Amino acid sequence: MSAAIELTHVTKVYRRYGGRHFSTLKSALLRRSILQDLRPSETFPALTDVSFSVAKGSTFGVIGRNGSGKSTALKVIAGITKPTSGTVAVRGRVSALIELGAGFHPEISGRENVFINGIMLGLTKREIEKRFDEIVEFAELAEFIDAPVKTYSSGMYMRLGFSVAIHVDPDVLLVDEVLAVGDEGFTHKCLDKFGEFKRRGKTILLVTHSLGLVERFCDEAVWLDAGRKREQGDPKRVVGAYVTDVERQEEQFLASSEAKLTHDALEPGAQHPAEGPVHVGEGPGDMTTATEGRWGSGGVEISDVAFLGANGQPSHVFHTGEPFTLRFKVRAARPVQDFVFGVGIFNAEGVCVYGTNTDVEEYVADTLSGDAEVSVIVDALDLVEGTYKLDVAVHRRDGAPYDYHRLLYTFRVKSRLKDVGIYRPRHRWEFAGGVKLRLKP
Amino acid sequence: MWHNLAQLPRYRGLIQSLVARELKARYRGSVLGFFWSFVNPLLLLTIYTFVFTKILPGADKNLEPFAVFMFSGLLPWTWFSASLLEGSGSLISGGNLIKKVLFPAEVLPIVSVLANMVHFFLGLLILAAFMIYNQHFPDWGDMIWFPVVVLVQLIFTLGLTLMLAALTVHFRDIRDLLANLITLWFFATPIIYYYKMASVQSFAKFFNYNPFYHFAVSYQELLFFPGPFGHLSWLPVLAAGSIVLFLVGYWIFDRLRDSFAEAV
Repeated sequence: MSAAIELTHVTKVYRRYGGRHFSTLKSALLRRSILQDLRPSETFPALTDVSFSVAKGSTFGVIGRNGSGKSTALKVIAGITKPTSGTVAVRGRVSALIELGAGFHPEISGRENVFINGIMLGLTKREIEKRFDEIVEFAELAEFIDAPVKTYSSGMYMRLGFSVAIHVDPDVLLVDEVLAVGDEGFTHKCLDKFGEFKRRGKTILLVTHSLGLVERFCDEAVWLDAGRKREQGDPKRVVGAYVTDVERQEEQFLASSEAKLTHDALEPGAQHPAEGPVHVGEGPGDMTTATEGRWGSGGVEISDVAFLGANGQPSHVFHTGEPFTLRFKVRAARPVQDFVFGVGIFNAEGVCVYGTNTDVEEYVADTLSGDAEVSVIVDALDLVEGTYKLDVAVHRRDGAPYDYHRLLYTFRVKSRLKDVGIYRPRHRWEFAGGVKLRLKP
Repeated sequence: MWHNLAQLPRYRGLIQSLVARELKARYRGSVLGFFWSFVNPLLLLTIYTFVFTKILPGADKNLEPFAVFMFSGLLPWTWFSASLLEGSGSLISGGNLIKKVLFPAEVLPIVSVLANMVHFFLGLLILAAFMIYNQHFPDWGDMIWFPVVVLVQLIFTLGLTLMLAALTVHFRDIRDLLANLITLWFFATPIIYYYKMASVQSFAKFFNYNPFYHFAVSYQELLFFPGPFGHLSWLPVLAAGSIVLFLVGYWIFDRLRDSFAEAV
């Protein structure tokens, strides 16, 4: 199979001119630096030695973080910018959905804009005339096509831009995250259109953050990271590798932000160990006011709060349904008999997902002295995807806290599924009678 | 450069529709609509005619009717100056196209020049009306040179506009400088005064260095002054100079082309 797009050792270095964004002739003349100012002074590599080829008729996904060079790759393929080194070969007519309706003029009607935009994208007047009705129908703008484009809503604008670009009937379609615009219905229409393209053996290159789309839709994917190619191949495998890497980074981020948070909150306690209040023993009167912090009388102190995953290693990112253990250390300056351990999990909106303590679970406190360790073991973390924060506390039965850690710890739950809510009860579906479903492969 | 230059004719459909759009968009939404392209030069003409026949009279007898004389020089000048001003900013205002669409950037300044050329042609209709009204007609025999002069001016204007458009992307203040320079240039060119006027004779030796002097005089001789097209001998020089300017302008544009998508 021949390649529709071929990048060979492509490097794109963006140049910055004169340090500032805009230079002025006046200053250039004063400093006698006209030629210098026209020469780039700083450089920034957006793509570094990237090679891949896209087979004709295939759908190819490009994924990566923001700023990883995806859009630059697209622009290089579209020919909008030239690679600094390396070669790009594209076979067939290209249409790039980078910015929809980029060439629209606000003062003139949708009809005239369709013609001009079509010509810009390489159609002839006759070709546009032939497709005009189809374009308007697809954009759902029949009533407004003779109104000036400045009166359009942004959705209408995008739809018209998309419709023109897709009716150019390219051999190679470059799509940059444009499905984010438009309502649900229009997005489906776009996907259907892509499906039609695919059936007709056209090549599609898709730059997107929607990993599900890549997995479902693409035959192959490439993952760009900081301008370099990290992985290429089967979309499931590439997406998997990408997600793993994102989780690793998230883990690092959560760990560092938590370190900062607990460092700030625990600082006073570290200075006055054991004796006296950790903070003046006043918590917020209303526990629903979710500000993080730490307070308590300090008779018992909590430290080293950790989340452990299935392998017993500390982590901050977990998957729905995995085992999960919360472990923390406590130290009693003097032996105490009246104590209750409590934990609370809150979601990002501050809703209490679950809260419990040893008292409500009918443990009777006996004695706590010196160092101890407490674990809350969850066999399956049945939460939906999201970021969760944790309260940990040790207090007296009447509620007076020894040490209360409010929302100081954060963990993330990841899920392959896009189910919603807070809690994911263990469940399964059963169907009977004349109904037939099957799971996606 | 030559390769890109050779591609230009392929964009004529695009250029054509963009010029049409430019003209439509400019007058849409205004009360007088397309009529503005007549009103603007007419207004200018009225003001200058009033000033030079009523407030500062004593114009040369050779310049009667004054309106026809002045229009012969003013119309090409308006085409020239408006093209430079609009064209130099065209890459910045059309930045979206350069950054987001595969688009031949030179089309934008070219469209500015051509749209203003259309206005120039419309202005010629007014000039014709004035000629009929005053019963003052040019020598028809020399009129075959008129399209040649227009063509040479087109090449000259294109060259300068392309160069300025490319440089303005990097030096944003060129547009402001240009507005002042153009005013200066206007008064340095014998458009509202007669180049054979006694009081300008001491400066006349500088006229030859002003390219637009040659255009202005050519138009005036063709459209206004009786007698043969005496400035014809300058036309080859002007044409050669314009072609060189165009090539230099296009070369600069082409050299800076790759920086547009990033610097706009």
